[in-house]
Amino acid sequence: MTTHPSLTQIDRYATGDPGLDEASVWAIEVHLEDCADCRARLAGSTTAESRAVIDLVATVLDREIAATPVPARRSRSWSLARHRWFVGTLLPWLAMTVTVLGCAALLGALWVGLPSVVLLIAPLAPLPGVAVAWHRRADPAWELVAATPAAGLTMLLRRTAAVLAFVIPALAVVGAGTGASLALLLLPCLAFTAATLLLGTLVGVRRAAYGLITAWTLAVIAPSLAAARMPVVLSADSARTWALVTAVLTVVALLRVDGFRRLSHRD
Amino acid sequence: MRAVSAVETTTTTHPWAIHAEGLQVRAGRHLAVNGLDLALPTGVHGLLGPNGAGKTTLMRALATVVSPAGGRLTLLGHPVDGRSELRAVRRSLGYLPQHFGYYPRFTVREFVGYLAWLKEMPRAGVAAAVQRAIDRVGLTSKADARMKTLSGGMLRRAGIAQAIVNDPRLLLLDEPTVGLDPEQRLDFRELLRDLGTDTCVLVSTHLVEDVVAACTDVVLVNEGRLVWRGTPEVLAAQGDAGHAGDSPAERGYSALLRQHRAEATR
Repeated sequence: MTTHPSLTQIDRYATGDPGLDEASVWAIEVHLEDCADCRARLAGSTTAESRAVIDLVATVLDREIAATPVPARRSRSWSLARHRWFVGTLLPWLAMTVTVLGCAALLGALWVGLPSVVLLIAPLAPLPGVAVAWHRRADPAWELVAATPAAGLTMLLRRTAAVLAFVIPALAVVGAGTGASLALLLLPCLAFTAATLLLGTLVGVRRAAYGLITAWTLAVIAPSLAAARMPVVLSADSARTWALVTAVLTVVALLRVDGFRRLSHRD
Repeated sequence: MRAVSAVETTTTTHPWAIHAEGLQVRAGRHLAVNGLDLALPTGVHGLLGPNGAGKTTLMRALATVVSPAGGRLTLLGHPVDGRSELRAVRRSLGYLPQHFGYYPRFTVREFVGYLAWLKEMPRAGVAAAVQRAIDRVGLTSKADARMKTLSGGMLRRAGIAQAIVNDPRLLLLDEPTVGLDPEQRLDFRELLRDLGTDTCVLVSTHLVEDVVAACTDVVLVNEGRLVWRGTPEVLAAQGDAGHAGDSPAERGYSALLRQHRAEATR
């Protein structure tokens, strides 16, 4: 902080004394901005003329404040929050996911001897939702959103979270009905979501989701339905491995998803 | 009246807001922009060209929506390619697409506010910036109307409002005057001149008279290449009574295009 100007200097500043050179005026002004005591002293040295100017400014300001329209009421924040996390075009996909899970549960209940279909398809449940969450056809304002800094990463993670927030309770409810292990339902589901994001940085989210769905169907679902027994990868003691895989994939995916900030013509 | 941010007062180290060298951009499989060289400083630039000249594809590449297929593109001093981080550029970018989707249940204020949030503006300044952008495009009385109740011209103005809400340093407007009535177009030209003092504005349009009235510079493209660049006055001087058009500028435009086509076929 600069040294306090003397009372004489403040008096001369207040009266607009032409004898006070420009450099001193600057120094005083800079000091006044920071020093409440000197501002108080300046208030004591004001002339009638400057007080009149200040009064005039106050009246005009009051009049203008009274004339301006009232501030806009707070916008309905739920509507904004919904669009930050969710797009309406996801709804049919989520409805489909729930329907398929319900059918699988029904099938398991009616068809004794078949391995739990719910458990088999649980890993794939969030993938259709994740695939359309950040896709040009899923969001009407895609082209506007794509040119903003929040595009890609932020939107993808938020909408993936929204899909998971919907799919996980649905899985838990359906799984509770069929008596399947909750860990074996949810851990592969999270692992597949993380894997989709990770693969998505390389080939695009939609292709990654479709590829994983196809691979899992061919490698696990079809053989175990044909053989009518539970696959090894979903046996009760594999939960720990799934937990480890989920953790590793999530960490790697979070490190890699920065790639979505870059330009991509794949999405 | 608004506060000047530190970003705006820093000295720029790039001579051009838009700098393209041999730029190639695909639209589908077709190279819609093919070997375009362009260097644009601050000011209002009008982008003219016939249908299918690659104007919209060029705008989308400049808005970082599609990546260039070849050549070099530098926006505000940042290289734009498949590998670089675009966040800094996108923060100072404003873009009005030719057809923009919107959420019909949003009010204009919510729509502009949502885009301001997407553009990562500081939360404290958003409400004021939104109001200012809406005022500048003349939608004040419709600020709390839902988007689905707006007419075509009002939607266009809402689109312009979202493009300017973050005080962009690079503003790309694709067909901004479609659906505006004559009075609104005059207001829009006024807004363009105002924006052009400290922003690089690129306006793509079919309306030659808009370009002549509001732009400091005309960029003429055809078949993905730069055909001609100059001031509106020089454009008007290019044509004579023998060329198609109702105004000197329109005649100049058709003269340049005809000359370019004749050279291309030779």
